[in-house]
Amino acid sequence: MTSRSQARLGRSILLHLVLTPLALVWLFPLWMMVVFSTMPDNGIFSPGIELLPHGGFIDNFNNLQRDTNFVGAIGISVSVAVTYTILSVLLTSMAGWALARYEFHGKGAVVAIIFGTITLPYAVVLIPQFIMVARDFALANTWIALIVPPLFNSLGVLFMRQAFSMMPAELFDAARVEGVKEWRIFLFVALPLARPMLAALAIILFLASWNNYLWPLLINSQPGAMTAPVALGTLIGLTKVSWGGIMAGAVMLTVPMLIVFVLLQRHFIAGIAAGAVK
Amino acid sequence: MRTQNATAYRFLTPYLLIFAVFWIWPIISSFLISFQATRTVPWRFAPAFNWGRLIGDPAFYNALKNTLLILVIQVPVMIALAIVMAVLLNSPLLKARGLYRFAFFAPVVVGEVAYSAVFRLMFSLDFGIINKLLNSVGIPKIDWFSNVTPAMALIMIAVTWRWAGYNAIIILAGLQSIPEDVYEAATLDRVSKVKQFFHITLPLLKPVIVFCAVLSIIGTMQLFTEPFLITERGGPGGGTETLGLLLYRQGFRSLNFGYASAVAYTMAGLAIAITLVQLWLMREPK
Repeated sequence: MTSRSQARLGRSILLHLVLTPLALVWLFPLWMMVVFSTMPDNGIFSPGIELLPHGGFIDNFNNLQRDTNFVGAIGISVSVAVTYTILSVLLTSMAGWALARYEFHGKGAVVAIIFGTITLPYAVVLIPQFIMVARDFALANTWIALIVPPLFNSLGVLFMRQAFSMMPAELFDAARVEGVKEWRIFLFVALPLARPMLAALAIILFLASWNNYLWPLLINSQPGAMTAPVALGTLIGLTKVSWGGIMAGAVMLTVPMLIVFVLLQRHFIAGIAAGAVK
Repeated sequence: MRTQNATAYRFLTPYLLIFAVFWIWPIISSFLISFQATRTVPWRFAPAFNWGRLIGDPAFYNALKNTLLILVIQVPVMIALAIVMAVLLNSPLLKARGLYRFAFFAPVVVGEVAYSAVFRLMFSLDFGIINKLLNSVGIPKIDWFSNVTPAMALIMIAVTWRWAGYNAIIILAGLQSIPEDVYEAATLDRVSKVKQFFHITLPLLKPVIVFCAVLSIIGTMQLFTEPFLITERGGPGGGTETLGLLLYRQGFRSLNFGYASAVAYTMAGLAIAITLVQLWLMREPK
């Protein structure tokens, strides 16, 4: 073995020696979430160290369902996230298309306002949004309250604007020469070409809606109208509550997203990285 | 290209309506509300009412101090960790890359409530797995929830766990966009890998790192769920109270919209100031 490949081997071993413990530490909370979700409460709150799953997930789930209607809340969360994702992808890709492919009065102003306000913290709009939706529109504890206000998100517009502006103009001009209407060009030429970007955007938006906590906590606080994270959050800190049940709920919120992450990792990572690499 | 006003606005209007109603108008509105006394009906214009109270409010300074403290410690630690993760994940020597990527990126999909619950359980005093593990190697158990310093550390640990991988994804994308030949000359000149990292990689990554820092600072500035759920409403005794939590308590527990709006605009002011500093740091050297 040459000294060069020996050095390479040494570096490789060192790399794995550093990365493996770090990876294990990082996986630990997720692993413990699964372990806790299968243990009875008297097992969770006992002095022994338990690092392997037991068989009590169903019992814990039943305890959770006794503490709060979690299945109902999951139903609301799924419906809201699906509706929000479809609407938001549609709205932001339409807006992105207009900004990428047309010249029109006020274009500069629209882009400037979107860019100029994008780093403002969400906290700034929280109070007026709440007053508007809860008091002026009287829409608290409805699906509209969960779905419509978060549609303002402008990152998707910039993302889709970028996607559409990278496409060669000839693609669309050819259709125009044949007299195809603009909305048909958008729907049947541009959107299919943008499929990978739409997938990345849809995953990020779905995840954001699925995990959204603060706005649903404020606006849909009635038991029958809560999303799953809000319903689960109400249990944390109660004295007479099943912690195994809370962990079962956490697993039900997390594991489906982990599976989606593994299956669609490429789109996921593209969606997150796109914020930075233009 | 000729102007196509009608067509363009047909595509743009649905989004612009939502954007105006739920983003632009609230930005203006909360600025105006911060100058009103909102606990009387009708609200009345009283410019110094909320801002005057803010300047003299110990609860505000406590929340501001905690938020800045978390910001100053947690964000640099997390970004440094994210750079390490990204560089190591990018190494061609790495085996089982998918497993390592999963370990670091998985927290990105975990919701705030789910992970807050797990961290709360893991760090509990008598039966938390962390204290049990510390005990088993001879370290006395730490009361993570009743003392301010461990409670703050816990919040920072939790946020770092949740967001380091997210930043690593962005930094990794930045690393992979650096062309290979940049390193070739250095390698031929037998410049060590470590030197290459500090003199080539880091300077080229600067825009990406600044971007991550801005995102993280604005995110941490609004920190709410972790002190709300993990350390139970900013406990112990306000020791982990953040500006986000103060806004929540004032706005939605006390329904004091004017004061809460002043807190929100303080956060916005800080975010703007920090963004400007970052842009200044990023300016092209003359």
